[in-house]
Amino acid sequence: MLYLIPLFPFLGFLVNVTLGRRLPKKVSGGVATAAMAFAFGYSVLAVYNLLHSAPVDGVRSMESTVFTWISSGRLDIPLSFRLDPLSSIMILVVTGIGTLIHLYSTAYMLEETGSEYARYFSYLNLFAAFMLVLVLGANFPVMFIGWEGVGLCSYLLIGFWFTKPSAAEAGKKAFVVNRIGDFGFILGMLALFATFGTLDFQGVAKAVAALPPGTGEALITGITLLLFLGATGKSAQLPLYVWLPDAMEGPTPVSALIHAATMVTAGVYMIGRNAVLFSHAPFTLDVVAVVGVATALMAGTIGLVQNDIKRVLAYSTVSQLGLMFLAMGVGAFGAGIFHLYTHAFFKALLFLGSGAVIHALHGEQDIRKMGGLMKALPITFQTFFIGTLAIAGIPGLAGFFSKDEILWKTFSSGHTILWAVGVVTAFLTATYMFRLTFLTFYGERRAAPEPHATDHAAHPPSPAASARQADHGHGHDHGHGKHLHDAPSAMAIALIVLAFGSIVAGYIGIPAVMWKDGNQIEHFLDPSFEAHGVAAAAAEPVAEAGEDHASTEWALMGVSTAVAVGGWLVAWFYFRRKPSAADAMARSFAGIHKLLLNKYYVDEIYDRLIVQPIKAISSGVLWRAVDAGLIDGTVNAVGLVVRGWSAVLRRLQTGSMRAYAMSLFLGVVTILGYFLWR
Amino acid sequence: MLPEPTLTHYLILSAVLFSIGTAGVFLRRNLITILLSVEVMLNAVNLTFIAVDKFRGTFDGQIIVFFVITVAAAEAAVGLAIVIALFRHKETLNPDAFTSLKW
Repeated sequence: MLYLIPLFPFLGFLVNVTLGRRLPKKVSGGVATAAMAFAFGYSVLAVYNLLHSAPVDGVRSMESTVFTWISSGRLDIPLSFRLDPLSSIMILVVTGIGTLIHLYSTAYMLEETGSEYARYFSYLNLFAAFMLVLVLGANFPVMFIGWEGVGLCSYLLIGFWFTKPSAAEAGKKAFVVNRIGDFGFILGMLALFATFGTLDFQGVAKAVAALPPGTGEALITGITLLLFLGATGKSAQLPLYVWLPDAMEGPTPVSALIHAATMVTAGVYMIGRNAVLFSHAPFTLDVVAVVGVATALMAGTIGLVQNDIKRVLAYSTVSQLGLMFLAMGVGAFGAGIFHLYTHAFFKALLFLGSGAVIHALHGEQDIRKMGGLMKALPITFQTFFIGTLAIAGIPGLAGFFSKDEILWKTFSSGHTILWAVGVVTAFLTATYMFRLTFLTFYGERRAAPEPHATDHAAHPPSPAASARQADHGHGHDHGHGKHLHDAPSAMAIALIVLAFGSIVAGYIGIPAVMWKDGNQIEHFLDPSFEAHGVAAAAAEPVAEAGEDHASTEWALMGVSTAVAVGGWLVAWFYFRRKPSAADAMARSFAGIHKLLLNKYYVDEIYDRLIVQPIKAISSGVLWRAVDAGLIDGTVNAVGLVVRGWSAVLRRLQTGSMRAYAMSLFLGVVTILGYFLWR
Repeated sequence: MLPEPTLTHYLILSAVLFSIGTAGVFLRRNLITILLSVEVMLNAVNLTFIAVDKFRGTFDGQIIVFFVITVAAAEAAVGLAIVIALFRHKETLNPDAFTSLKW
């Protein structure tokens, strides 16, 4: 009955897409939220059953096949879902966080008209449904349904305010960039089938595990690199991360959904799901780790100087995803998924918190115009602050455990350079997150709330100016421009629950050196990263927690803590104690500052190197030469030939009835004559 | 006393009638006469069928003749209707006047 989990939100989608326009907002939002809540409840039930089932071949898993989808020769693809430790973490995150985001959205989107409101919730439900298909699918094609589905929904939701050109552009960009990754994913999938003759995850894992060591490495490397290309598209890694910051054009809860519960985690999940396959391609793993850490560093540095509250968070997501890929790349699949899981809590919290700020300020997104919101928005501030502590890696909160686990695994697997870069990234994370918090909530309000139209005209160069216009186009109809309202109750509940989660979520992965029964989550997840029923001896857990290791781990934990607190202090110094120092710094490193502010000009470089040449080829070669010349030419030539012949043949049609009768008669005589005298 | 007619006589008569009809279709300049000529042709064919039936002792030809008569009646009705319409249009029955159905 696993199919019920994606079915609930899908039904919600159907209700809202068909009847939504006629339903009052309370009902359409309520149906959507209830659908997610049901899915969450059922997921909890399913996971509970899973935990109490007897392990088969060392792993607990449940499978349910709905029907045979494709059956042709060797190709046999059932539409089947499988629940194992890995997917159970994922469905709990998707449905749990998803429910809160739905709940939050019921209040956040209230300013939209009834039909827009229903459209929004239908997309949101569909998004969750596809994500659940993605994580529950038992083979590649089923995963691919979800994979493409979330791509579609991200397009729809990022471009939700499609009347605004920048939002429409952003949606298009997300879709096109994702297509590039999907192309790699499809090729990888086909190569996988050609090689192993199966597309079932377990089947592939078994086939790979059964290979004698040292064989087929080149092939598997190729396949995994193609799959990883797909992952970089979905999970916003170099070189395909460019769509994610632009995705901020969508409504803020959508950003939360994309960043925390759905979509971007797909790539990380896919690698975890194919851990056995990737483990057999050491080169690919190195590529994954390097790409991950490079993305993390790059996004972290960009995040330092951005001024749009949502963009800072977007780059922080890219950066955190980079860390997850780092974990995947060094073979610490459990740690990567653990970070995915904790990240879901605090990133959802931070996005929803930023949404509450934007909501309160009637669409203002520029942190330079915020400040001093601590008193006006106490709930938002407190929860946001907890989220900041968690993502920065302050000990005791969720982010610390998972991030530290990744760094420790990186270090202990001998990737010292990657570890060092990871630590720098962690420092950057702490710095830009506290910068964001300080600039938003502390000090004095730097700009009075203004009506939209004048606000828009006054700051044309601000990148946020255009975005803010529509992300809350309701400012003008609020009579009370000066009054700041804290999050309404539906939003506040979501924030508080997530804040609680951000604090406690990490304790299921508490390091083994702190508590001997620690690392529960990784022990729970480990079976998912092995091929079941094959050479169980090889998967014997290695006793790694020796005494000297323990002391190293403690030391590294100290480094992580120091870095987190250091980032906090640096942010405090530059943005609380001496704000002038920050400006001075920006001036003295004007070149670097400009480079970062313009996001390393990556968009411009892509535009110059890829987009413009493609446009030139399209219009010069494909349009003018191939389409207009070749295809139209052929069609026109056929037409001309027909016309020429007709000019001759139509002379036969005189309109004279007697001429026709005569030709008919002569024809009959000829035919009869032929038969008589032949 | 004339000799008993044989099949050949009937067929010759039928051929003569058919030729007269055909000639009428091609040579006359009046739509109604042309229609009448067509009727003559049809009846020439009918005569062939009946004659062959009589001398072979079968009935198939007679059945076909019933059909031909029915169709001929319908054809005459439609044909005359068209002729009337054409006449109202151009005040003439000369088929050479109606040549506008061409490119």
